[in-house]
Amino acid sequence: MRFIFKTSYEQDIRLAKHGGHVFWYGLLLLFMVVAPWLLDEYWLSQLSFMLIYGIVGLGLMLLAGYTGQFSIGHAAFLGTGAYTQAVLVNAGTPFWLALLAAAALSALVGVIVAMPALRLKGIYLGIATMAFGFIVEEVFARWESVTKGNAGLSVNSPTLFGWDLSSGNGFYFVCLVVAVLCTLGILNLLRSATGRAFVAIRDSEISAQCMGIHLARYKTLSFAVSAALAGLGGALYAHKLSFISPDQFGILQSIDLLMLIVIGGLGSVHGAFLGAAFLIAMPQLINLSKAWLPEAIGQAPGLQSLVFGIILIGFVLFEPLGLYGRWLKIRTYLQLFPFYRKGMFKRQKSFSKSDRLK
Amino acid sequence: MQWIQLLISGIAQGCIYGLIALGFVLIYKATETVNFAQGDLMMLGAFVAFVCMASFNMPFWLATVLAVVALLGFAMLLERVVIRPILGQPQFSIVMVTFGIGYVLRGLITMVPAIGTETHVLAVPYKDQVIRMGDLVMNMAQLVVIGATAVLCAGLFVMFRYSKLGIAMQASSQNQLAAYYMGIPVKRLNGLVWGLAAAVAAIAGILLAPITFVHANMGLIGLKAFPAAVVGGFGSLPGAIVGGLVIGVVESFSGFYLPDGFKDIAPYIVVLIMLMVKPYGLFGEKLRKKV
Repeated sequence: MRFIFKTSYEQDIRLAKHGGHVFWYGLLLLFMVVAPWLLDEYWLSQLSFMLIYGIVGLGLMLLAGYTGQFSIGHAAFLGTGAYTQAVLVNAGTPFWLALLAAAALSALVGVIVAMPALRLKGIYLGIATMAFGFIVEEVFARWESVTKGNAGLSVNSPTLFGWDLSSGNGFYFVCLVVAVLCTLGILNLLRSATGRAFVAIRDSEISAQCMGIHLARYKTLSFAVSAALAGLGGALYAHKLSFISPDQFGILQSIDLLMLIVIGGLGSVHGAFLGAAFLIAMPQLINLSKAWLPEAIGQAPGLQSLVFGIILIGFVLFEPLGLYGRWLKIRTYLQLFPFYRKGMFKRQKSFSKSDRLK
Repeated sequence: MQWIQLLISGIAQGCIYGLIALGFVLIYKATETVNFAQGDLMMLGAFVAFVCMASFNMPFWLATVLAVVALLGFAMLLERVVIRPILGQPQFSIVMVTFGIGYVLRGLITMVPAIGTETHVLAVPYKDQVIRMGDLVMNMAQLVVIGATAVLCAGLFVMFRYSKLGIAMQASSQNQLAAYYMGIPVKRLNGLVWGLAAAVAAIAGILLAPITFVHANMGLIGLKAFPAAVVGGFGSLPGAIVGGLVIGVVESFSGFYLPDGFKDIAPYIVVLIMLMVKPYGLFGEKLRKKV
């Protein structure tokens, strides 16, 4: 059991609360850096995918988990980033410049979406973002002079200052650097006044407004940052796949992203990466388990969708804090070892509150 | 005459959207939950009817009744097992659960060997019949959709207006706590509302089947019913049907007069405009918190 006696505000918002944090996160970073020499090509590629989904998940986590604005059209931002990157890189723009442009353009689109969305709450916001997602998907499919429509667009392999990044290693490091920078950026944003304003909006818009938080400004900012991260992720995603088509950025992708943050754990930065790891690992696990299952079940095409649905329902019912919540419980159990009480994390039963009167 | 033709096909399509939207609104009014699996329940209903007719050689009407009853029971079970434990949690969690239900239903149907992955034709008795009225050529399936929707709406109206059950449902949807105090079994009613919504969805699925086909992804049409629900006002039953008609007609006309591609996104453009101009919809009640 570790006691930290906080004596100043600086200490309260410090990123690493104690030496253990520095050690374990340092070890994780070290592992990620040396991973190309430990893992083979395939696993490295999966790791890159995980980092990319982690970046996108981080953005959606900021929006849904911290600001409380849920978006069922997030794949549209992913697609905006991916297409911007693809078009610019194919036109000969340097990789890093295209990456910045992808983030900037997605952020701009995020601001445009946020404007009508400011008046909407709850389910209305969800439907508005879903409508926006459908419209953007259709734009990708129809704007054939730029996006090549449904035929898809192949993406040139990236080069950074003369290095070819098409091999697994180089690209993995780019993903790693972007992911680490994004994570640090989000962590720092969250401990600033802006981040606390986001959380205040999530918990109660009315009380946030009473505290002098400019709702419109902060919601727009949240949408912009979230969209920028999704755009960055999308740009890397385009390179990773090296071929993009509109149907990759449809409603199912948006739902996958929502699933990522719910399973990872709403309202935690860890959750974004845990959820990404889950989303990447799950199809593999299902594939592995196919050998054990009876032929009729193992070879059926709907197996993956079924398992995903059951896991999603299971998490919301039994573990609403997600994978990160599960880890917190295990950690608390170990820390308190003989004194862990059952029901320490028990949810309060709240009487059904009306959202209509919010 | 072209536009009358378009109008009729738009209204027929709109009735389907309206029926699915009716399911959303029923559930939303009673439990403040938005059911994203409504379209998949519709798909399930169509499949039950199809299996009854194709595998067990039942007549059309018997298959319809069976599908409606099966969906009613299934949705009540669903509500009891999955939805009731998380009522009162943030709306976001419930939305995610309904997404999960949608995934499970789609997965389950595709796993059924030799049926799930194929596209089927539901052998309805009025299939391919055409009525000519001067220059107008009307498909019987479309007329049946319009007629069945009208009958169903009238039935629901009578139920909500005159039966004890309907009045109790209205009471609990206006104020759950007050309804509890008056001795209304709110929890049991919530289950019934889910059942009712699924039954309506099953009818929508069977009506839709001759126009499109029966396949595992036909539930995705449910996503187009959201604009219908919003245009009508999310908490209003007549609004759902009116919204559905608006969306259907807009879709039908934009498919003919506007360039290719607008047909699919017209409902979403309409809903975005609606949300900007009048977020509570055409018939929605605007509730304000009194401090």
